[in-house]
Formats: sequence, C-alpha cells, structure tokens
Amino acid sequence: MSPIVKKKGEKFTLSGKYLLFILTILCTGLIVLTLYTDYISRPLSVIAGRIVVPMQEGISYVGSSLSGRSEELVHIRDLLAENERLRSQIDQLTIENTMYKQDRYELTNLRDLYDLDAQYDDYEKIGARIIARDPGNWFHSFTINKGYEDGLEVDMNIMAGSGLVGRITKVGPNWSKVITIIADNSYLSGQVLATEDTLIVSGNLELYADGVVEFEQLKDNADRVVIGDKIVTSNISNKYLPGILIGYITSINRDANNLTKSGRLTPAVDFERLDIVLVILELKQEIEE
Amino acid sequence: MRKIIIYIILIIFCFLLQSTVFRGLAFAGIVPNFLIVLTASLGFMRGERTGLLIGLFCGLLTDIFFGDAIGLYAMIYMYIGFLNGKFSGIFYPENIKLPMTLILFSNLFYGLFTYMLLFMMRSRLNFSYYFVNIIFPEIIYTILITLFLYPLILVSQFDLRPKNDAETTN
Repeated sequence: MSPIVKKKGEKFTLSGKYLLFILTILCTGLIVLTLYTDYISRPLSVIAGRIVVPMQEGISYVGSSLSGRSEELVHIRDLLAENERLRSQIDQLTIENTMYKQDRYELTNLRDLYDLDAQYDDYEKIGARIIARDPGNWFHSFTINKGYEDGLEVDMNIMAGSGLVGRITKVGPNWSKVITIIADNSYLSGQVLATEDTLIVSGNLELYADGVVEFEQLKDNADRVVIGDKIVTSNISNKYLPGILIGYITSINRDANNLTKSGRLTPAVDFERLDIVLVILELKQEIEE
Repeated sequence: MRKIIIYIILIIFCFLLQSTVFRGLAFAGIVPNFLIVLTASLGFMRGERTGLLIGLFCGLLTDIFFGDAIGLYAMIYMYIGFLNGKFSGIFYPENIKLPMTLILFSNLFYGLFTYMLLFMMRSRLNFSYYFVNIIFPEIIYTILITLFLYPLILVSQFDLRPKNDAETTN
C-alpha cells in the first residue's frame, strides 16, 4: 500500500523495477485473499460501485437508445413505403383483429392454466437492468443495477422470460455480478423434465458461437430421453432452485464408456439480447452440517 | 495533479466504453480491448512506472466488476504497462509504427496469458480454436480501434508534455 501513497506525497524515487516487484507481491496477496475471503473485495466493490455504476447506467441507457435511433434511420425509407402499403390493409385487419383478440384472450387464459411458468410464481422476484457486460472476450458475465441494498445476495438465481440465465456471484451496494450458465467456467446440475434423469450442464466457449451448451453424465439406459426434451434445474443442485427451465436438448451421443450420455442443449434464453432480467429473491436451502 | 485527473478520466472512459457501448458494437461477439491500448500507450509514452500503475488500476477495475479474484487482471495489465515502459526511450510521437506494434504484441500477450491462466489450467487445451476465434479477432479489432483512440491519448498527453519533461527525467 505504502508505495502508492508515498508517490503522491513527495518526490518519489523508487524505480519501476522495485515498484513492479512490490505490486506483484501485493497482487498475489490480493488474489489469495479474495479467493478465500471477501475481506478486500467488499470495500472495493462499494467504492467502485458508487463511482462507476451510475455512469454505466447512464451510458447503457444512451447506448441502447442510440443503437435504436441508428436502426430507425436505416429503416426509415423502408418504413415509409411499408406504411403506405399497410394503411390500405388496416381496415381489413381491424376486423380480423377483433376476432383474433377474442381468441387470444381465451388462449392466454388456457395457457395460464397449463404453463410451466406457473411454478415459478411461488418465488418472489424483482426485475433488474443489465448495465455492463464483461469487457473481455473469454467469459460471459454481466453486472446488473441492483445490489445488497435491494436485498440481493450471492447465489440468487437469475431468470429472463421463463428460462434460467445464471446466478449472482458478487454483490456490491448498487450492483451485482451475474455469471451466466453459458460461461466457460459454469457448471450446474439439471434434470430431464420428462424422465427426471439428472445431468450436468456446462458452458463451453467453443460452443458459444453455435448458441448451445454442453451436457454430460446423463444416465439413460432405457433410451427414453430424446432430442427436444426440456431440461430444468434439478433438485440436487446446491445453488439453483429446482424446476427452472434451462433449455432443450439438441443432440445426444452415447459416451465411450457406454454408461452415460452427453450432448448439446439450446438454452431457453437468448443471451445475445438480454436487457432486463428477473432476480429470484429466494436462496436454495442449504443443510447446515 | 492535473496529470492524475487526466489518467483517471482516461481509465474510466475506456472501461465504460468497453463494457457498455462496445458490447453493442461487437463484431461476432468480439469486443476490442481499450484498456490494453491505454495501458500500453501510457506505458511507452510516460515510462515504466506510469505504465505499470495505469495497468494496475485498469486491471483492478476489471477485477472488481468481472474477475473472480481481485488482482489477477491487475497483474497482467501491470506487466503489460511495465514492459511497454521499457520502450519509452525509443518512442517518438510522430512515429505510429512502434505504438501499433507494441499494442499488437501487448494484446497478444494479454490473450495468451488469459488463456493460460484461466483456460489451460482448467484443461481446455484446444489452443488453436481459442487463438483463431478469440485472441486473433480481438487483436484485429483492437488495432482498428487504436487508430481512433491513440490520437486521443496522444493529444491528452501532449498538453502536459512541457511540464512533465522537467519532472520525470530520472
């Protein structure tokens, strides 16, 4: 700590080599310290959160409205022509629309009764906006604009729409870091909804471009699991609440050991276009030992 | 003092751009690395000590918000700043070739180290995939961005030049 403070004070004579040496030791110490405790990361995250987060919120707001504006400009000509054409169809469509509206009303009612989403309603949720994404290209985490002042805690689950996005790994006063299930260092336990066979879902950077994630260790000797099956979080996962939709199986292969199967699955959430996510304010119950 | 304020503004500016605006402007999901450009440029413009301190703070910011352990990126960026500082003796503002080369190698260094520390250690051994799909595109995009960002940094430093020459001749 002292080399930095001294530098601002008076004329500083420590040469770069020694400063590098001292700071390297400091960094190594910090790495070890933050891996095992949150002694340092807590105050740092408060300071950084107070300074940077308000700016990030502003910029993401401006950024999203700017990109929306530029798209508008590109499409304005097409839209004018289209508008002309559509105007002539309006009358006809209005009549149809009223009919459809009635149908739709009925449909949503029926859906509400049947939908899988119903089981998520038990959990208390709050919405949060994504304000920044991992500046590197290696992992896919992001920060949201709510923190422990809003009641958020580490390991709370994040959803978008009806699918699982990830979980909180770090909280500041007004921001939290979310690790997504597609990140390369993410593993979670899931199960096939239809057969209740458990499997491990892991993110993989190599598969990211194809929009899929890996699963492995599926024990399915009766060959009942098929492509298109829904995968939900399992009840034996220690971080994720049970029954949240993860995605759909897109391919299955038998492993070389002939006992387990592995394959790919498509997440239910479109991770490219996330803007607002839901935080489930309930933690998976852990058994105290 | 003014010098330090300009450094802070530059760091926060680059970090914000990289984590918000350029996430939206990503080509094929790849974001250019502003912080490398900043660290490397200030390194060879201002010497190894400034370079390593700027790198340290750039890295710390990344670590606090996106890292798993605070200090890892800080260390990588710090060494990049320090190594770039070694070239401050042969740096001339008029010459764009040296900065470009240095930034290119800095980004390569960053990519290789991130891969080694965070991926190879977890037995993700398909290096060629990561090189072709992550490291290489990032370098290209960063070099492109450098063409715009570098003059900005140069201008911000030129204002201070007369004051600074007197101070930092050790």
